[in-house]
Amino acid sequence: MILNCENVVVDYDGFKALNNCNFRVHYNELRVVIGPNGAGKTTLLDVICGKTKPSSGKVFFGHNIDLTTKNAETITKLGVGRKFQAPSVYSNLSVWQNLDLSLKRASKGVFPTLFGKSTPAERERIGQALETIGLENVAHERAGSLSHGQKQWLEIGMVILQDPSLLLVDEPVAGMSDKETEQTGRLLQTLSEKQAIVVIEHDMEFVRQIARVVTVLAEGTVICEGTVEQVQADDYVREIYLGRAKVAH
Amino acid sequence: MPEQILPKPDSRETWSFYGAALVFLVVLPLLNVLPSEDSWLHLSDFRLNQFGKFLCFAILALGLDLTWGYCGVLSLGQGVFFGFGAYCMGMYLALQIGAESVYGSDLPDFMVWTQVKELPWFWVPFKNFGAGILGAILVPMIFATVFGFLAFRSRIKGVYFAIITQALAFAAWLVFNRNETRLGGTNGLTDFKQILGYRLSDPSTQRALYIMTALALAASFLLCRWIVASRAGKVLIAIRDSESRVTFSGYTPWVYKLFVFVVAAGLAGLSGLLYVPQVGIITPAQIGVLPSLEVVIWVAVGGRGTLMGAVLGAVTVNYGRSLLTNYFPEAWPFILGGLFVVVVTMFPDGLIGMIRRLFAGRQPEPGLTVHKAQGGA
Repeated sequence: MILNCENVVVDYDGFKALNNCNFRVHYNELRVVIGPNGAGKTTLLDVICGKTKPSSGKVFFGHNIDLTTKNAETITKLGVGRKFQAPSVYSNLSVWQNLDLSLKRASKGVFPTLFGKSTPAERERIGQALETIGLENVAHERAGSLSHGQKQWLEIGMVILQDPSLLLVDEPVAGMSDKETEQTGRLLQTLSEKQAIVVIEHDMEFVRQIARVVTVLAEGTVICEGTVEQVQADDYVREIYLGRAKVAH
Repeated sequence: MPEQILPKPDSRETWSFYGAALVFLVVLPLLNVLPSEDSWLHLSDFRLNQFGKFLCFAILALGLDLTWGYCGVLSLGQGVFFGFGAYCMGMYLALQIGAESVYGSDLPDFMVWTQVKELPWFWVPFKNFGAGILGAILVPMIFATVFGFLAFRSRIKGVYFAIITQALAFAAWLVFNRNETRLGGTNGLTDFKQILGYRLSDPSTQRALYIMTALALAASFLLCRWIVASRAGKVLIAIRDSESRVTFSGYTPWVYKLFVFVVAAGLAGLSGLLYVPQVGIITPAQIGVLPSLEVVIWVAVGGRGTLMGAVLGAVTVNYGRSLLTNYFPEAWPFILGGLFVVVVTMFPDGLIGMIRRLFAGRQPEPGLTVHKAQGGA
């Protein structure tokens, strides 16, 4: 097991964004987390990557490293990569430079970075990442000039260059065209051969495309876990989530 | 696969660097020395000295451009670091006056009339020229390290950081104004006579100081360009674009901010150090809130996020001031304020952006896009 969240509670002045949440992810697993708005999905990712500190509970990563005691930079170095919901790339740098800055290196302190030169091996890796995310042709474009979908892929590329063993991806296909959505699905499936991925998603069609195991979160707790079919057959889930989603459609 | 990691060196910038170096290092001094005094080509000692002052300001502007233009950290307190540098050099120069002073005492004049009998301890090292130079650069850097550490470590950002640095500028102004600070109070330090035995009133001394300033500016420019071109320089831009992404890529943004802030303080100190012997006076009025704000205007007018822009802005705004204050002395603050408003609202890339548009006839590829939402003016 690469990730084991035990009884995690996040309390925002009485409102429990996560309430005794227990959540486990295996190595090389592609896990999708769904749930209605306010269920605590993004908060769960925030807790894992160190952006939010839980009020109680433990988050174990790999061989029993407790992430709740670490800060965000350390957690990144330990091998947890985070892809944010809104594309967050460095718009004034080129695609290549975006990837180069994100690449995992021995030290990211000021002076090693100031004097550092890139090695052929590093360039090779960046080249591979460009190929994986399909942005070879725009490598020297300014990231700010990319389309929404390309920015999302770029950010995924930036995160995978950090060599995470666990990749957290928050609503990757929001705002994407159907074609882009499908490509993103394939990208995530390819990536899950090498690392565990947790994806938060609303788009049920996309969930069906990529999911093996789906976790349903509601009111800060896991209420159901299983294949897409199992989850959709669950009465409670239908009542609180899918039912509502159908009304919304 | 694309090979280079750094963008191709910007050839326009290289050429404008050589061009500026030629003008400031060769042409202006030659125009001062060669043509006869009544020739229209002749550049008077006064004008050359004035350009020396502008080049000092350009060094100051380069520092702010690194922190604000590249890293998005707006400091409204650069005048303080400039002042530290200027006062360190001023103390050395004041101690060189010696028996030529009005009262014929070894102590600077203001100490005589404020009844100071003995040289205060912090003045003593400045009897030495080397201490003056080192102090002028290191004191601002050390101070910036402490101040920056406290501010950046506590994650103070954006306008809050700007306000704190403005408060710093005001506090420094108050402290330097007090007679008890033993730095000459409101009158500051002046009436300097010599530097390393050379008379400051001698045109050849002033010419040498001018050339050193031009060389210092060139060196500062190359230092800044090296920083900006390195991977760390890209991290600075990345911090401006998306600080949280930088954190989640394994960098610690506040350390980078501290780094540029300290480099900028060192440049400001260097600028002050060169300013004092050329202008001949340093008073608290030159280090407070207003002078600190002016630096921001130079950089904005020249074009933030391009190093050439900072230099261009500092020289043109100050040259403009020296021309216009001859004719409309009262109107200058309004002109300066108006210029700032016009530039920020209509020409966010500043003069550099305009020049590039003129020559390239296309949308410029500016150093950095100015985002209205973050780090903006």
